[in-house]
Amino acid sequence: MKKLINRPEDVVREELQGIEAAHPDLVRVHYDPNVIIRVDAPIQGKVGLVSGGGSGHEPMHGGFVGMGMLDAACPGEVFTSPTPDQMHLATQAVNGGAGVVHIVKNYTGDVMNFDMAADLARSEGIEVESVLVDDDVAVQDSLYTAGRRGVGTTVLMEKIAGAAAEERRPLAEVARIARKVNENGRSMGMALTSCTVPQAGKPTFELGEDEMEIGIGIHGEPGRERMKIKPVSEIVEMMATAIVDDLPYKAGDRVLAMVNGMGGTPLIELYIVFHELHGFLKARGIEIARNLIGNYITSLEMQGCSITLLKLDDELIRLWDAPVKTAGLRWGV
Amino acid sequence: MSVSYEDAVRFIRRYAEVVAENKEYLTQLDSAIGDADHGINMDRGMQAALAKIEQVADGDIGNLMKTVGMTLVSTVGGAGGPLYGTLFLQFGIATAGKAELEPEDWALALEKGVEGVQMRGKAEPGDKTMVDALIPARDAYRAALQEGASFEEALRRSAAAAEDGMKATIPLVARKGRASYLGERSAGHQDPGATSSYLLVRTAAETWGAG
Repeated sequence: MKKLINRPEDVVREELQGIEAAHPDLVRVHYDPNVIIRVDAPIQGKVGLVSGGGSGHEPMHGGFVGMGMLDAACPGEVFTSPTPDQMHLATQAVNGGAGVVHIVKNYTGDVMNFDMAADLARSEGIEVESVLVDDDVAVQDSLYTAGRRGVGTTVLMEKIAGAAAEERRPLAEVARIARKVNENGRSMGMALTSCTVPQAGKPTFELGEDEMEIGIGIHGEPGRERMKIKPVSEIVEMMATAIVDDLPYKAGDRVLAMVNGMGGTPLIELYIVFHELHGFLKARGIEIARNLIGNYITSLEMQGCSITLLKLDDELIRLWDAPVKTAGLRWGV
Repeated sequence: MSVSYEDAVRFIRRYAEVVAENKEYLTQLDSAIGDADHGINMDRGMQAALAKIEQVADGDIGNLMKTVGMTLVSTVGGAGGPLYGTLFLQFGIATAGKAELEPEDWALALEKGVEGVQMRGKAEPGDKTMVDALIPARDAYRAALQEGASFEEALRRSAAAAEDGMKATIPLVARKGRASYLGERSAGHQDPGATSSYLLVRTAAETWGAG
């Protein structure tokens, strides 16, 4: 294992110290339990937005704390859900009297820990709405799984719900908009290489030099199918077909298309993916009205990408375009 | 034969040691069908629990178990935190106020513990989770007591049943947790949660059954 770290057990704390030093204008950091909090929270009368998850997906979630997006993020250990005491502290810290929305990616651990935290906060009289993200089309939604995983749509939900909260919309409205993003968003990922959790010291899985994993999750969990590597045009067609058929997205739809790097993919390749995706959607009469290309929800140093489509309407476009000022996304300010 | 407060502390200490010894093994099992963190997380939680139990030491086994449970909830994360936290919290509720455990008390603790884990995780037997080790352990222990077996013998049978249950997860297709995303591909691998649960039941048998 080669990484720019001191000791594996200090990775998360030292990352937080870096964030604290780099962005004092945006956030403050609470240690033990670890929470990244918007510098001006709590904001009276504004719905607080809290998310969290394992570390190793940077800039998600800590990089999305700031004006127009999250009020707090709870970083767990690498690829491990944070704990209820982190989420509870975050909820208290951002409650401006208008209630708090928890954005929860659909993983067993995240759901259970956020449930416990929401119970704690409600017992103190804080109104909490939990919104689940489960957009990964690689996972079949059935009674026999824990449901679909939450992946790329999380980033879009945090931006759009964050804009709604910034407009001082009430709790039920912010939650409604967040759920609307989940209902209209679909994603799929793929990996060319594995990744190494610092404390594990070894790659999570092995992939041959000529192999790729389709339908990979963001924790290096194996996907649905392993196959020989193909040209990117065929890879994008496979992923985009699965996504488009799922909602389904139809001719005349306007979408936000996110091409996301898994952490180890050069931008040159992400733009090629976007080029292929653009052609694929154009041929089906689907218009890319907005796009986001880069590393936003990563899996440590994994090479690979994910594609997320979000079907847009005027409300979602307006909220997407609204100003945002965070370490990871910034425009209009 | 009963379990004293010191015996209960020995059980916690020994389980922390066993988890530490199996940290890489549990993580390796988890990397096959999950996200490669189970051993690391359980080890971090049990080490934190060891530090915490020094501070309680009031002779109440219920309080000891509850302290371990609360510490696991706030230090483990993932699914293991709420699930193992709940298991120990329920052990604590079942043994509240007791300075000694009779064989029947451990039966009750196992029953409460399994009930809590199932309520939190909503897993049924055969879903390829920790309950696949815990339910056979609970049932074998209860059956042994009913047959008039000694405490040591009941603990031994409980551990053997947990081991069988753990091994029986190998061919199963996971229906809960992160492994369920793999569908058929989760078959052929032993469940890491069932493994750490077997280790817990085995530790009880080794700590309390040997003396």
